[in-house]
This record gives sequence, structure tokens and C-alpha cells, in this order.
Amino acid sequence: MRVTCTVNGRRQVADHVWEGESLLYVLRERLGLPGAKNACEQGECGSCTIRLDGDLVCACLVAAGQAEGADIRTVEGLAAEDGTLHPVQRAFLDTGAVQCGFCTPGLLMATDELLERVPDPSDADIREALAGNLCRCTGYEAIMDAVRLAAARRAGTGERA
Amino acid sequence: MDFLRPTDWAGALAAKAAHPDAVPIAGGTDVMVELTFDRRRPDRLLDLSGIPELRRWETGERTVRLGAAVPYRAVLDHLAGPLPALALAARTVGSPQIRNRGSVGGNLGAASPAGDSHPALLAAGAEVEAASVRGTRRIPIDAFYTGVKRNALAPDELIRAIHIDRATGPQQFAKVGTRNAMVIAVCAFALALHPHTGTVRTGIGSAAPTPVRAPDAEDYLTGALAGAGLWEDPRPLPEAVRRRFAELAATACRPIDDVRGTARYRVHAVGVLARRTLDRTWDAYTKGLTPCA
Repeated sequence: MRVTCTVNGRRQVADHVWEGESLLYVLRERLGLPGAKNACEQGECGSCTIRLDGDLVCACLVAAGQAEGADIRTVEGLAAEDGTLHPVQRAFLDTGAVQCGFCTPGLLMATDELLERVPDPSDADIREALAGNLCRCTGYEAIMDAVRLAAARRAGTGERA
Repeated sequence: MDFLRPTDWAGALAAKAAHPDAVPIAGGTDVMVELTFDRRRPDRLLDLSGIPELRRWETGERTVRLGAAVPYRAVLDHLAGPLPALALAARTVGSPQIRNRGSVGGNLGAASPAGDSHPALLAAGAEVEAASVRGTRRIPIDAFYTGVKRNALAPDELIRAIHIDRATGPQQFAKVGTRNAMVIAVCAFALALHPHTGTVRTGIGSAAPTPVRAPDAEDYLTGALAGAGLWEDPRPLPEAVRRRFAELAATACRPIDDVRGTARYRVHAVGVLARRTLDRTWDAYTKGLTPCA
């Protein structure tokens, strides 16, 4: 079947989609957008986290056909056209919250969504918002720092990006 | 494989009537895992995510009518007043990503004994609105679970909504797992006090082939509260009552040993959760904390 959707503001068409495949597979293998990572394929790890019509979701749990007509945002859409990093990406780099990097796209998407809803999150808010994103390298402390830094910069109270 | 995508409810019922083997999919949090891991290869998927009414809810005077595909996120954000136990259960489902997609209707369709909604629905009191081209019926929640991952739906029926009694007293839900997020219940327990009828209801998850109530524990506590006039004159519960309620709740379990825990552990833990939820609900009742709508 054919699936037509908008990804990062661009209309995309995927052909020869198998009805049982996931949106994650469509993004990575058919649309050439490998930013969302493929790890557990069962919604446990959060590596494939994207926005589907604004909602934070695991792309591995969305059937391809369910994305028909949807507005999708992936990690590829965070940075500006000229390559300037998004403030959340900048904060992750500046705090050393990236090691192997496999979980990073999902964490960036989840952090961006959190700061949209809760501009000044408590540590409990951050832990709750990132509970569905596993990182096996960092121990999470640098990630907590990154989210706090991104929030502070967003509010204009911290150091400038 | 066919992908059926009706845009209204009549279309969904017609599709299910024409293809009773079609597997309904809404949030996909169960179905997609089965497909991806090749545990299931149906000829047809029936996608319900294109039907807006399934994502709506209405709060009536005595019940909340919850559309089958309302995500847990909405239950948590908007329905904690009328449905406190279900909102607490929703809070423990998966992760934010899962709560944005998973729904109570999906939990009922899958009918896993470990589904987080079930104990809360059993304790609150609920009916499942099941529909087909033949008509609509309401299935009492007590009669809905028929076996491990089996429910009372006919092959041509779909879940349209769940009618859940609004809380008239404190409710609690508690769950045992290895961490606070992304956990399938080792066991779970819900308790609802119903002061308007002088009764209590319970629900146990993941400790029997289906979600079950603990009728002996309910009868005992109902009698103990009425006998001592505690509804009218709330005082701290005697230790003997708390202990006996927990023991009787544990006897309602029919658990198995599995990868998440042993049968013996589950029986013990259900007793602990029963006592803990009793303490919390009764404490709220004695302080006059009734749920706000």
C-alpha cells in the first residue's frame, strides 16, 4: 500500500509498504530518515521516539497505515535548515549527555516535548518524562543536567547557547 | 495482509461483520509487538484510529462513558476526579510514549490478566459497551474476563466505550513491579469504598488466570464497617480488621510461577497491597476526603 504523510514539514510518499510494518520501518528504510533508532521494537526503550500529530510516541508501535495523513516530526527536524543545533541538542552536547548516542534521538524528542509542556520542570518531572527512554551508557546524571540546562537557556536565565 | 481503515463507527462494525477475523488496532502497543515479533500474522488489521468518537469521553451524573481508544494520558490528565483508581492505574502504564497511545479499550480487548486497567474497573464497577451490526449490549465487567487473554466479545463485536461508575468515596490502586516505569505488573490490587451503598469492591491483577475480585474480603470488610457503624462515625480501623481483610484478599489469588514472580510471592504481595490500599482509602475517608469531580 501507499502511505502519504508529512515529515518535518515535508510531504512524503512511501510505496510498496507492507500493511503490517511499523512507522519506524517506513521512516528508516523507505524514507531515508534513520534518526529514530531501531532497538527493542516493543516500546520498551524509547530509541524510536518521534512526534505523531504532536503526541510523543514510539514509532515502532505505530502501524504504517496509521500514519496516513499524519504530521510527523523526527529528530532530523530539530536542527535548523542551516545546521544550527536545536537548544536541546546543544545542551546535550555541552553537558556530555551523549556517549554512544544510540538513545540520544529519543531523549532529545522526549526532552523537547517536556519543555514545551513544562518550561521549568522539577527533577521529578524530568525523570517521569524520560522514564520511557533507556540509556545504557551515561547513568542518566548528565542527561538530567542537559535537560536542566536546556530549560534554563530556554527561560533565558542561564548561560547563552 | 489487508489494512482496513474505517472513518466512522458504522464502517468499523460493517468491516468487523464482513471480516470477523480482522484484528482491531488502536494505539498498537500490544498488536504491533505481536506483528513485529511474528507471534501473530492476521489476514487483516482493522485500524480504529481514524474514528474520532472513540477518543472522546463524557462525564455523566453517575458514570463516565470512556471511548474505547481514549489514551491513558487523557484518563490521567482529565479523569482523576471521577475515576481515581483508574487514573492511578493509568499513571503506572508503561511510559509517556505508551500512555499517549494505549487505551482502556485496548486493555480490555487484549484481556491480559496483567492489564493495569482491570483491577481499577473491577473495584469501581463498570460495563463494557460492545457493539456489532446486530446491535449493542452492555457486558458487566465481572462477566467480561473469560480466560487468559480471552473476553466475552463475539467475533463480530467491537468495544465502543466503557461505562465506569463515578467514585463516591476514596479509591486506591497499587502495583508491584521491578521499577516505577515500563513495568508489567507482578501483581496489582485496587480498592474502592462505596459509602453511598455501604459496600467496598476490589480488583486483583496478575495473580489469577483472569483479573478477579476478592469477594470474601469485600464481604468481610463490608460487614465489619457496617457492624461497627464506621461509615457514619469513621474511626481508625482495628488491627484485626486490617489483617483479616489482607488475608482474605490473598486467598482470592490463583497465581502461577512465571518470569516475573512466583505464585507464593504474588499471594503474599497481594495481601500487602490489600492492606496498604485499605489504609490509604480508609485514612482518606476518615479525613473526609472525597473525590472531587
